[in-house]
Formats: sequence, structure tokens, C-alpha cells
Amino acid sequence: MIDQDSKVLLEVRGLRATVNGIEILKGIDLAVSSGEIHAIMGPNGSGKSTFAKVLAGHPAYQVTDGTVFFEGRNLLELAPEARARLGVFLGFQYPIEIPGVANSQFLRLAYNTVQTERGKDELDPLEFDDFVREKMKLLEMNPDFLDRSVNEGFSGGEKKRNEILQMALLEPKIGILDETDSGLDIDALRIVASGVNRLASKDNAIVLITHYQRLLNYITPDYVHVMDAGRIIRTGGKELALELETRGYDWVSAEYKQTATRATA
Amino acid sequence: MSTVLQDLVNQPYPHGFVTNIESDVAPKGLNEDTIRLISAKKNEPEWLLEFRLKAYRQWLGMEEPKWPNVRYPKIDFQAISYYSAPKPKKKLNSLDEVDPELLRTFEKLGVPMNERAALAGVAVDVIFDSVSVATTYKQRLAEVGIIFCSISEAVQQHPGLVQQYLGTVVPVGDNYYAALNSAVFTDGSFCFIPKGVKCPMDLSTYFRINTQESGQFERTLIIAEEGASVSYLEGCTAPKFDTNQLHAAVVELVALDNADIKYSTVQNWYAGDEQGVGGIYNFVTKRGLCKGVNSRISWTQVETGSAITWKYPSCILRGDNSVGEFYSVALTNHRQQADTGTKMIHLGKNTRSTIVSKGISAGHSNNSYRGLVKIAPTAAGARNYSQCDSMLIGDQCGANTFPYIQVNNPGAQVEHEASTSKIGEDQLFYFAQRGIGAEEAVSMIINGFCKDVFQQLPMEFAVEATKLLGLKLEGSVG
Repeated sequence: MIDQDSKVLLEVRGLRATVNGIEILKGIDLAVSSGEIHAIMGPNGSGKSTFAKVLAGHPAYQVTDGTVFFEGRNLLELAPEARARLGVFLGFQYPIEIPGVANSQFLRLAYNTVQTERGKDELDPLEFDDFVREKMKLLEMNPDFLDRSVNEGFSGGEKKRNEILQMALLEPKIGILDETDSGLDIDALRIVASGVNRLASKDNAIVLITHYQRLLNYITPDYVHVMDAGRIIRTGGKELALELETRGYDWVSAEYKQTATRATA
Repeated sequence: MSTVLQDLVNQPYPHGFVTNIESDVAPKGLNEDTIRLISAKKNEPEWLLEFRLKAYRQWLGMEEPKWPNVRYPKIDFQAISYYSAPKPKKKLNSLDEVDPELLRTFEKLGVPMNERAALAGVAVDVIFDSVSVATTYKQRLAEVGIIFCSISEAVQQHPGLVQQYLGTVVPVGDNYYAALNSAVFTDGSFCFIPKGVKCPMDLSTYFRINTQESGQFERTLIIAEEGASVSYLEGCTAPKFDTNQLHAAVVELVALDNADIKYSTVQNWYAGDEQGVGGIYNFVTKRGLCKGVNSRISWTQVETGSAITWKYPSCILRGDNSVGEFYSVALTNHRQQADTGTKMIHLGKNTRSTIVSKGISAGHSNNSYRGLVKIAPTAAGARNYSQCDSMLIGDQCGANTFPYIQVNNPGAQVEHEASTSKIGEDQLFYFAQRGIGAEEAVSMIINGFCKDVFQQLPMEFAVEATKLLGLKLEGSVG
């Protein structure tokens, strides 16, 4: 889906970040343009989720070096809610439960907040109800879910569908999906993937963070990046994912180290 | 009718004490002469003076309770003046003279412009013909035989009723502060709903006392005769300042056969500054007696103010099949301390009680729920359900639950549930990632948390209470 008219949405350069004084991201470079789907893969603890949270502005992480520009704006200067309103969306790996807050209420407030930011009209509860029900059909969700508290008592699959539903409502310019496929059975995976495919367009971009190649059977990435020890150590096309599936990650790390050693030699 | 409107229709107390200034303020200190002076000033019958003196003598032999989970310097009871004639609030001529902080609060609460003026004490008659509205209101109540007036007025006009019920629910020597109140109370509300009458509107103290500084030792007595029902509102969401630091009120409710009393409070007394300096000490005894069969008393409170709150609105369920309810939201921030809860005393058969308590602590505050459920041997088939939830905001505050359960009847059923939750960074980040800022997020979480209690409030009160909580928590997160 790489397009001649596409423009750079996200540009990350030399990004370093720490949590509790421990450096997790050690210099990340990444450029994502509209119309693209990127997959970031890598072993556990390589820093994939941290990267996603840092982009969204999680307060527990300190950026120590590097720049992040989103449509030319310095993202690192902005509060998390301001980033979200600009169109940066994070689909959480472990969506948190919020007891006592009805999903319908939460979704409407989020939707109206973003609409207002875009200079569009807010929807009243009745209008919103119709609107959200349409979106829910795409994800084959049960309507009673609107009356339940946000993520409370949801199964793993329901939580992930709720994340994709939020992405569908908020129509972000960039959707970063952190291990959206984990904990999903094959049917749920198919539903979630088709939801994501429907949302992908030439005007937005999607970054999939995943362990496994199986999600990429349903969503075809334009680029696959391998992350290890806080860096992106290799970038390729969709065939790289297949290679990783058969050969694992070790050979990529080994080759990267070799190159690095040769460069310093 | 909204509390705002209720506030507009105040009128100065018509039976004011119009004498010279020197004799209107009693010298500081408390002794039998002070009490005789109060009683004489108020032209009280002999029995009421005896009531006061009996209370005073008991009080002398009592000690301040030490068991509440609150800390404060010792109160010098001899440094207080126990009687001064009600003085009208200072009248302001325009909104420009009003404390800007107060105006900011009104704005946040969404109080309309012209009503802000009234609430802030700008001369009401400029804005609204208060007298005529209040008169209409009184007439409507009188048509159905309801008496609603100050307790001083009731003592003069309906002495028999007052004598019959005063002190029957909270005896003069009930506790330290109740004894003090019984000895020195100067005013309060009286409400009598005769047999079979459903009060046609919510009754609010705001119809009565708002143009005066509120009494330090208020006394309220509400009686619902057989089959009568009433909903009574106390307080207001607007912040309330007072020069008196100690407040020790007593509220007594009596419900006869098939009667129903609903008592709702929104308390937003001055809580002191961020260090807790100067806030009100609110030591209140509130108790309802379900005297008759099938009677019902329901307390709903939203406690957000005061430096110290010590308050246990209770129900004595004497009539068979009577019902007691307690719904409470207690919010503490900064250095506030609250020790609040309820007592449900089951005496009659098949009596039922429900307790829903929601404590929210923020800042350096401390919030305790203390409740007693007592099932007497006579209370066959009694049932209680209690739910006590605490929410912590930040990590400098405290929440405690002290449930006391005494069951002396094997057929009784008592359930207690408790939970503690915390508004954490990750919840706020989740909201933020969807574009929702911390203040809105907290307000949404808190409202969800308090939903079961807010549902019990009259509609307009509930809307205001919702905004009030958000306002009280401003700056405590994010």
C-alpha cells in the first residue's frame, strides 16, 4: 500500500528512554508514512512495548535522548491526551479495568473529545448509541457490552476487541497496536484482523507490535522491523516475518553484532 | 426545586431578637447561668430550661470521646460564647464585592449568574422577590397541615409537640456533644408532617436560615405521623464559611406507623487551608427512630467539607418490618479527617437495613468508616446488608473500615462487603490515551464509584454533588 503521494507521519530519531533509571530504548530510528503498515517484531524484553508507551507519553518513562516528530510536531513536548487528540492511538497489550465507569459513557467522552479537537460536532447519547452499534457489528461484539464497566470482567478477547473498537471510533492517523493478537483464539484473531484491515487506509498508518507471525497472515505489512535490546536491528519486507517464523531471532542478532563489530573494527 | 432556587427564597428570620447589642451576646464560658440566660432570652417554658440544665449536669460528668480516628487540639469550652442573637449576614451590593474564589467555585459548579449573586450574599431582594415566594411556599405547606419552622418558633407555637418528642431519640446524656448541644442549642429546624400527609415538596433548611450565620449548636426535630412521608434536604454544595469552629448539632427523626422520612445532606463546610488550619470541627449526632410498624428512615449524605467530621446518622428499628438505610459518600482531601458511618439497631421483627458507604481519600487526609449493626434478641428475621468501599487517590492518604457487628438472634442475616481501590497512574494514562484529561477522568471514575449513593439523592442535588466532588479533588491528581 505504499503510495507515491504518501507523507511522513511519524519520524523517530535516536530515541533513548529509561524506566526507574534503567535504559530500555537505546537509540531507535523509525519513519512511518501514511498508507503504510509496519510490523515490529522481536523477542520478549526487547523494548517493543516500551517503545509504544513512550510514543504515547506514558509518565513512567523518561526520554533521555532523540526526537519524535508527528506530522512535523514535536510529540515529546505534548501531554499524553494532546498526543491522542492529534491522532496517535495506542492499542494496549493489557487494557486496564475501570470499575464503575460504563463503557458507553467512556467511549462517548473519548469520541466527543477527539471530535471537538477536529472541529467537528459532538454526538449526544442517542446519536452516539446508533453510531457505536454500527461499529460494533464490524467486530461482532455483543451490544450488552456497552452497559458494562470499561474492561471489567472482560475476557482477553473482549478487551482486545474493545481496543479495536476504540480505534474505529477515534479514527487515529497512526494506530500502534501492542500485541493485539496475544490471548486471542483463532476466530477472535480473524475478527480483530479484519477490523484492522478495514481501518487501514491511504491516509493513516498502522504499527503492529507482535511476537508471532500468525497475525501477519491476516494483515500484510509493508515493512517488518526486528527489535532487540532496545534497538531496531533489521528492517525488511513481509518475507522477513516468514523467515523469522522458521529461523527464530538469534540469527538476526548474530548478524547485527557482526556488522556492528565490523563497523567498529 | 433546586437548592439554588431554595437559597433565593430566604428571608430574614421574622422573629428576630431586636434588643440592644450588649445584652445580645453572652459572656464567654459555660455555666448554669449561661443556660438560664439562653433560656430566658428565648422566652422558653420551664420544662425546656430543665431539659437544658439536666443535659448540662450530665455533660459535666462526661469526657470527650477518644475512640474516633481523628486528631485535633483540645477544645476550650470556656472560650466559646454560647449565645448571641442571630445576626444577618453582611449585605453586599454587587458581585464585585464577592470573594473571587467563591465566584470561581460557582462557575465550576455551573450556578447561573444571577443565582451566584444570591448565594454569595448580595442583597436578594434586588434580584428576586424572596418574601412572596417564601410566603407561597409556607401557605402550600400549611394547607396540608405541615408545620415547618425554626425550633425556637416551634417551642413558642407548638410547645406540646416539641415537649413530646424532643430528646426521645437522642437523650440528653447520649454522648458528650449531644449533651452539650442539649444544654446550649440556640436554634434549628422543626418539621411536623401530620397523619397521612405526603409532603408535596422537598423541604430544605435553605428556606429558613440562610440569611443568618448558622447556629453553632443546631437542633433539628422531624416527626412524621402515621402514614406520612417527607424528604428533607440539609446543606448546599456552595462552600460554607463560618466564624464558629466547633459545630455540634443534633438531629432527631421520628417515624410512626407506615411513615417514611428521607433525609439528605450535602455538607461542604470550610475544611481549612491545605494544612488544615482553620477548618470546621463537625461533631454531629443524627439519629432516627422507626417507632411504628413498616416505617422507614433513609439517610443520604455527601460529606466533603469540614476539617474534622465525626458523624454517625443512625436508625433505631423498633417497629416491626421497619427499614433503615444509610447511603454515604465521604470525601477527604488535604489534611481533612473523617470518621463517619452509621448504627443500625434492630429491635423489631423482620426489620431490614442497608448500608452503602463510599469513602474517597486524597492528599494527606484520613477517612474512616465506622459502623455498628446490632441485632437484638427480639429482632427475629432481621436482615442487614452493608457495603463499604474505599478509594485512595495518591499514596499519602489513609482509609479505614471499622465494622462492628453484634447479632443476638439466630434467625438474623447479616452481610458485609468491603473493597479498596486506587486511582492509579495506569488508569489515568488509559483515559489520557483516549484524549481524556486527568480531571475529567477522575471525575468519571469517582462518579462511577459513588453511583449507588448519588442515585439516592434528589435529582438536582445529585448533579451538583457530582460537580462538587470533581471540584474538591481539583489538583489532587496528575
